[in-house]
Amino acid sequence: MTRPWFGLTSGPWWVAVGVALVPPLAVFGVVTAILIDLFWGTRLLGTDPVKAGEHALGEWTIRLLFASLAVTPLRRLAGWNWLARHRRTLGLYAFLSAVLHFTVWLLLDLQAGVSDYVGWETLETDLTKRPYLIVGMTALLLMTPLAITSTQGMIRRLGRRWQRLHRLAYLIAILGVIHWGMSVKKDLADPILGGLVLAGLLGFRVWEWRRRTAAPAA
Amino acid sequence: MPSAATPLEPFLSTDHTLTMRFSLPPSSEITPEGVYLNRRRFLAAAGLIGAGLVGTGSIHALPPRDEAQPKPLGKPYGLQPGDTPTSWEDVTGYNNFYEFGTGKEDPAEHAQGFRTKPWTVRIDGLVEKPGTYALEDFLKPSVVEDRIYRMRCVEGWSMVIPWRGIMLADVIKRAKPTSKAAFVELTTLMDPAQMPGQRYPVLDWPYVEGLRLDEAMHPLTLLATGVYGRELPPQNGAPLRLVVPWKYGFKGIKSIVRIRLVERMPRSSWMQAIPSEYGFYANVNPAVDHPRWSQATERRIGSFRRIPTLPFNGYADQVASLYAGMDLRKNY
Repeated sequence: MTRPWFGLTSGPWWVAVGVALVPPLAVFGVVTAILIDLFWGTRLLGTDPVKAGEHALGEWTIRLLFASLAVTPLRRLAGWNWLARHRRTLGLYAFLSAVLHFTVWLLLDLQAGVSDYVGWETLETDLTKRPYLIVGMTALLLMTPLAITSTQGMIRRLGRRWQRLHRLAYLIAILGVIHWGMSVKKDLADPILGGLVLAGLLGFRVWEWRRRTAAPAA
Repeated sequence: MPSAATPLEPFLSTDHTLTMRFSLPPSSEITPEGVYLNRRRFLAAAGLIGAGLVGTGSIHALPPRDEAQPKPLGKPYGLQPGDTPTSWEDVTGYNNFYEFGTGKEDPAEHAQGFRTKPWTVRIDGLVEKPGTYALEDFLKPSVVEDRIYRMRCVEGWSMVIPWRGIMLADVIKRAKPTSKAAFVELTTLMDPAQMPGQRYPVLDWPYVEGLRLDEAMHPLTLLATGVYGRELPPQNGAPLRLVVPWKYGFKGIKSIVRIRLVERMPRSSWMQAIPSEYGFYANVNPAVDHPRWSQATERRIGSFRRIPTLPFNGYADQVASLYAGMDLRKNY
């Protein structure tokens, strides 16, 4: 088996998750703090940097999820087998992007525990009563076991169950696109485009599965 | 008088006259241009590292580093302590005007070159004196005023904007509404050739908004023709737009071509688009959530920390009596 990028997924699970999360979160936090301190209220970060960052990270989560789901079709159709070793890394970075998206929403946008005027009950209401947030949060929670089991060791340990578990990626991507569509005010053009791409990625799997199951009969 | 259980109760003053009584912030709280400029020069001298050391608190009050920042003109209405006019760049660069695209920066980009001259406005419906006027003639009889208002978007952000305009009441009075007239319906120009957003069915074009007649006649309700003492830029709804400071921003219909007095409540574009989320009244109300987010707080453009959203956006003393006895949860 070829070694994955940076050896990120060859050690224990906490190394993979730690390497994927801790340094980027720290850098992100420091850079965000510096940028806010220096440039808030100027045009350099745009008019509403919080929304801009939050939306960018959400869209990057979708892009990285799609990239990880595109690996298999590209291997089969284009023969790009070298992509295989990057699939779990792409998934880990999708998880990182989702965690950052959630963090920006929680601390900078909602400001639960940050603003004097936003109590934790606001978070509770948001996560229990607002469907688009429940869908998004579900997707993030479902990504967590996949991130933890993204190592070589876990693949060995889980055997056949690993593949079944990681099929959750399909559901996560579907939930992600639904969350995106439900969050926009009125203009659904981008989420619909995303939905079409996802339909293509999942459609390929259905098509391949039907071809494979039909083959012996032919 | 609403019952004690309504969310309005604590904010009602005992006297509901229409006179403008505001607890005005001392004029020193509206930072004069000279201070802006001095601060900016100081920061330029101190350099970026120095600016970093000043810390987040003072950075929040920083003006943009654009010498084009005009002086905010006019009398402040309903401003709260700490309210300072939002920068010219943000007021004119961050807009919801779906006729020019759904992104916040789209209108500033796509509305340049929008033809506002000549412009005609029709006022008709249940009036004794209907008519179609060239904009200049439509505005001429009225007093043009500069007023600094708070603006709260339904999406949860807010600004403080120095508008220039006339009272909507003025033009309605001149048209002499008949006794049957109970509502005012306003319509935006329909011109997909100039307004690229109208080529896509994001909303049912043209944009339509409405007010109850007493809301339209309220002295706070403006037909704006300018901002920061200048002519309205096209992205802000040139040449004529509605400003109703106690309602969410989407009520402020832009590039108005028609004002019609009607008997029945008009169906606004957003009511038609998503009736469960946007109602006719759209009064700013921290106690009534949008289905997808809380309206209790807002993020003021240009500063980071959330601030409380005020009932009727801080204009409760002037307008709460218009809604006495109404269930504002149902009439959102």
